[in-house]
Amino acid sequence: MSTTKTLHVEGLDNSTDDPSGRAPLILKHDYKSVTDAVCGVVENPKIHPAWALGFLVALGGLGMLFALIVHLIATGVGVWGNNVPVAWGWPIVNFVFWVGIGHAGTLISAVLFLFRQNWRTSINRFAEAMTIFAVVCAGTFPGIHVGRIWLAYWLFPVPNQMLMWPQFRSPLLWDVFAVGTYASVSLVFWYMGMIPDLATLRDRARHPLRRLAYGVLSMGWRGSSRHWHRYERAYILLAALATPLVLSVHTVVSFDFAVSQVPGWHTTIFPPYFVAGAIFSGFAMVVTLAVPARAFYGMKEIITVRHLENMNKVILATGSMVGYAYAMEFFIAWYGGNRYEQFAFVNRAMGPYWWAYWTMVSCNVLSPQIFWFKKARTSIPIMMVVAIFVNIGMWFERFVITVTSLSRDYLPSSWAYFRPTPVDIGMLIGSFGLFFTLFFLFLRFLPMIAISEVKLVMPEPEPGTTAKRETTPLETAPASSN
Amino acid sequence: MAENRIQDEGQDPSWVTNLKRHDEESPQKVYAVVAEYDTPGELLEASRRVRDAGYSKWDTLTPFPVHGIDEAMGIKPTILPWIVLCMGLAGGTLGLGLQYFTNTVFYPYLISGKPMFSLPANIPVTYELTILFAAFTAFFSVLGLSMLPEFFHPLFRLKRMERYTNDRFAVVIQGNDPIFERERASALLKETGGNDIETIFAPEKTAPIPAPVVGVSVIIGAILLLPPAFVARARFSKSEKPRIHIIQDMDMQQKFKAQFPSELLQELYGDPRASLQPVPGTLARQDFVEDDVWLDGKLPSGDYSAAFPEGFVIDEGMLERGQQRYAISCMPCHGLAGDGQGLVANRALFLADAIASGRANTGMAWAPPANLADARIQVQPIGEIFHTISYGLNNMMGYATQVNREDRWAIAAYVRVLQKSQGATLADVPAEVRAEVEQELVEARAAAEIVAAAAAAEQAARDAAEAEAAAAEQAAPETESND
Repeated sequence: MSTTKTLHVEGLDNSTDDPSGRAPLILKHDYKSVTDAVCGVVENPKIHPAWALGFLVALGGLGMLFALIVHLIATGVGVWGNNVPVAWGWPIVNFVFWVGIGHAGTLISAVLFLFRQNWRTSINRFAEAMTIFAVVCAGTFPGIHVGRIWLAYWLFPVPNQMLMWPQFRSPLLWDVFAVGTYASVSLVFWYMGMIPDLATLRDRARHPLRRLAYGVLSMGWRGSSRHWHRYERAYILLAALATPLVLSVHTVVSFDFAVSQVPGWHTTIFPPYFVAGAIFSGFAMVVTLAVPARAFYGMKEIITVRHLENMNKVILATGSMVGYAYAMEFFIAWYGGNRYEQFAFVNRAMGPYWWAYWTMVSCNVLSPQIFWFKKARTSIPIMMVVAIFVNIGMWFERFVITVTSLSRDYLPSSWAYFRPTPVDIGMLIGSFGLFFTLFFLFLRFLPMIAISEVKLVMPEPEPGTTAKRETTPLETAPASSN
Repeated sequence: MAENRIQDEGQDPSWVTNLKRHDEESPQKVYAVVAEYDTPGELLEASRRVRDAGYSKWDTLTPFPVHGIDEAMGIKPTILPWIVLCMGLAGGTLGLGLQYFTNTVFYPYLISGKPMFSLPANIPVTYELTILFAAFTAFFSVLGLSMLPEFFHPLFRLKRMERYTNDRFAVVIQGNDPIFERERASALLKETGGNDIETIFAPEKTAPIPAPVVGVSVIIGAILLLPPAFVARARFSKSEKPRIHIIQDMDMQQKFKAQFPSELLQELYGDPRASLQPVPGTLARQDFVEDDVWLDGKLPSGDYSAAFPEGFVIDEGMLERGQQRYAISCMPCHGLAGDGQGLVANRALFLADAIASGRANTGMAWAPPANLADARIQVQPIGEIFHTISYGLNNMMGYATQVNREDRWAIAAYVRVLQKSQGATLADVPAEVRAEVEQELVEARAAAEIVAAAAAAEQAARDAAEAEAAAAEQAAPETESND
């Protein structure tokens, strides 16, 4: 356990930086109360009306998404606004948007773990869940974008009756492997981190069905130190593996664009720029979700102002990187001397989609700049507004990249203005329904905070100060003979 | 919250109850002695004592990984990282091999002349598969090395387990340790400050797997075997039927097909042909004729026009244009003067001569290009000349697709100029420039005489030199033989 001096903090503000010691990450809690607080949410037999309302709204969105997908498959991809020259419309915009959001989870779990950023423990479960659900949303769009969804297995190298194999030199195929690996490794990472907490839930469960469900999910975890030894070793290996993975996924997504010849896409800055944007949007989404959840479930002592402030710092840093990338794209278009590239960028900012471009710049570059001020970084209303702006801006970024470049690509006679159809709009809203349905279920049935990891960053209790021991020993299984 | 929880909210399923009853009623043995500790510090201290007492089959239960416990318990580093490394390398090799064999051996893709296998393009998939294999191995190695999942374990009989996944710590000394004695172990734990020291019992024999579980497993296993069985059958048998193709939308499209009557069209238009007929009176664009003469040199009657189309102005510029276009498209065969002595024609005649004299034996059929000043062509109306330029004649192809209409008329006009120039006399020259032309003629003749005289002188000199050389050669023949 950490022997570093821990400062005492009045109230709930632990965002001060006193160099004489470490600010505590968890406030007013001991081991037992953390367990009670997190498990209590899942064990509470009453369904809160607010949760039920939110869940039903999300479920409605999910229903709409499914209905629209059925409509799409039965009719064909003509129900979307996609048409030559904008053959990649909202479905790909939504895909890149959701994949980007899905980056924060693994970044928090893996990269911050490797950097020994202990504050990650309060939010990593939450962010990892968000990652999985965002990747589910992201995976939906390319799946249905293939049009003949029953032929989607052509994406994978499976032996088939045509004796054909995928073309491995195509970035679109790299994407299948990158996103597929990311989704499954994130799931494993999330699940493995959850096993000890599921065991806690199992041991606390009083209903046999509950005990059975959590018992199966926790795989018989007993908290044995010999198991913990391997578990920790594997966890750090997973973090070390997930770190290059998280950087590679959005890099490969950016290859979908950068490897093509379209002016405005064919740039080498795309991989780092996409990765920074992904982290940016992911952290904004974590803040958007964490702020209401910590208030609603009474987790303010576990997800503290300090955690939120740290996330806002990451948002400021990555938002500025994204702003730098926007500027550098323009610079290189000018400096590179390629007239078509220059046209693509002038057209981006001043062409028919100027409104989308400037929405993107104001939301992504300008709005996070307020986080230079500590007051703004620690203010709940301001951070909520900025986080939502960033979510909007990052969707627009993908829209700007995809649509403005394609709508005026090569032959001026083929240029066209892209307009989404109601199905496009419905599917975007429906994808939020899918995301929030999964998220509400997660909040209700799984531990939203990594209990065992939070305990690891709490100061060790002094002997004799722990909660009073039960006077009567708990009943043990009857021992018959011997 | 914890206070809201009700004790044992329902009955276990009967098969769980049966298992528990079996466990409780069968003969028991001591599984372990367990002691509880309040803080990680106490646990670490106790662990060191137990380790030093020489126990090997023992464990500690903690709600989170306690720092320093590995050293305190003497746990050796796990081999897990090595397994992960091996599987990661295997994943990378598999990724590279998959791409190599599928894209260069099984189904070679040749794209834009790129190499069949180029490492840079195959890095991303290799990279992802390395990570995929390594990550899954890390996860499954934890389970495998820890013998998980293990849903029934003697420790789960301990009601206190709830605390060991919450806020308390336990030391478990197992009964199968070689130096285990129940009293000694209990005493050791007591000495180290352990609380609530308990002995856990385990049935000597584990319960048999319940019949329903066995039955369901057998049925699922049998069902899972069916698809591979069908695949194997298809692989080793022959069928004359086409492959199963479930969704046939590409083959059975709702569209009109050539040579197939359509009931829908019959119903709509009274004509089942997929190729709809044009509305009566419709003209295709190329059928629209406003000025016959301009288009193909023919009058509406079908005769060639003797006059240029209306509005076609012939001036010097037009004739120069005609000359220039003629030089590009017509001159190679018809010659610069229009006399049929173009380079192509001359070459063809040379080859024809060679064949006739037996110097070459390639067969050839050559219709020599016409002399445009021929009497036959002199009398053709201008419309016919334009028509010939446009649509060709005999060996000559039409130039309608290569030379635009205006230029073709200009060439026709220039052909008239050539016709005039062949066999023209001074009388044809306009009076006002006649003197100038005469002067030019005189100068040209004088120049020709000078050239001819110079050539004659040169020839004479050359003849004299040759004669001299021949004489010298005859005079000294041995010089040559000495070489």
